[in-house]
Amino acid sequence: MFTGASQFALVSVADNPVAGAASAIMLGTRNAMYGLRLTSILRVRGARKAVAAQLVIDESTAMAIGQSNDDDGRVGFWATGIAVFVFWNLATLIGALGADAIGNPEDFGLDAAAPAAFIALLAPRLRGREPWVVAIAAGVVALMVTPFVPDGVPILLAAVVAVVAGLRSPR
Amino acid sequence: MWAAILGASLGCYLLKVAGLSVPGRILADPRVERIGGLLPVALLSAFIAMQTFTVDDQLELSARVVGAGVAVFAVWRRAPFLVVILAAMGATALVRALA
Repeated sequence: MFTGASQFALVSVADNPVAGAASAIMLGTRNAMYGLRLTSILRVRGARKAVAAQLVIDESTAMAIGQSNDDDGRVGFWATGIAVFVFWNLATLIGALGADAIGNPEDFGLDAAAPAAFIALLAPRLRGREPWVVAIAAGVVALMVTPFVPDGVPILLAAVVAVVAGLRSPR
Repeated sequence: MWAAILGASLGCYLLKVAGLSVPGRILADPRVERIGGLLPVALLSAFIAMQTFTVDDQLELSARVVGAGVAVFAVWRRAPFLVVILAAMGATALVRALA
């Protein structure tokens, strides 16, 4: 299992393995949705698809779809997917062995890096009224539900905003 | 417990494969294409909102909000990608150090 929200979900309800597995799988559904968008960018088959699939996560998808052409998108996907896969699992191992010795990464603002990167990726897409409306609606929806639903669900609801907007606006 | 881990792992992986396996003619549908264009906008915006305004799943104004503000300014000033990220990190760290 290489998809953070699902891992956290499974661990956080560890006393009820069935509920944990169910919520982990439910949270993983957004990766299937990411795949819909990635298929045309990656154009992978066979064994490469099997490998690519495991690397389909929030970060690699964001870096792939944030590029202006498919070539850059592929580079973004593979570089991000492999980098996160290696360091995520390495860090998980280190954490399991004893995280007490590590300083607090928040002291140097590391947690601000991801939103800043996403802001830079989103900005070029906000041309015209529709993307602005969708962006604001999705952000507001995600924020409003975050305190009440498991990790990953706000993202799914934000995706619903895009689907509804896409179905409603024939151009 | 191990059955739950293995079952959930398999399920999560198969979902990823399924997403990459949808045939091209469905993707060519104009509605799917429109949704495909709007999905990244909605997802990126939701990520930004959540990572900026929530801490441990609760709404909270943290030093990250300052970082995000600096990032928006930097993007508006057409700063390079790395500069945007480093400026946001620096601003967030500075606010934490002063607080």
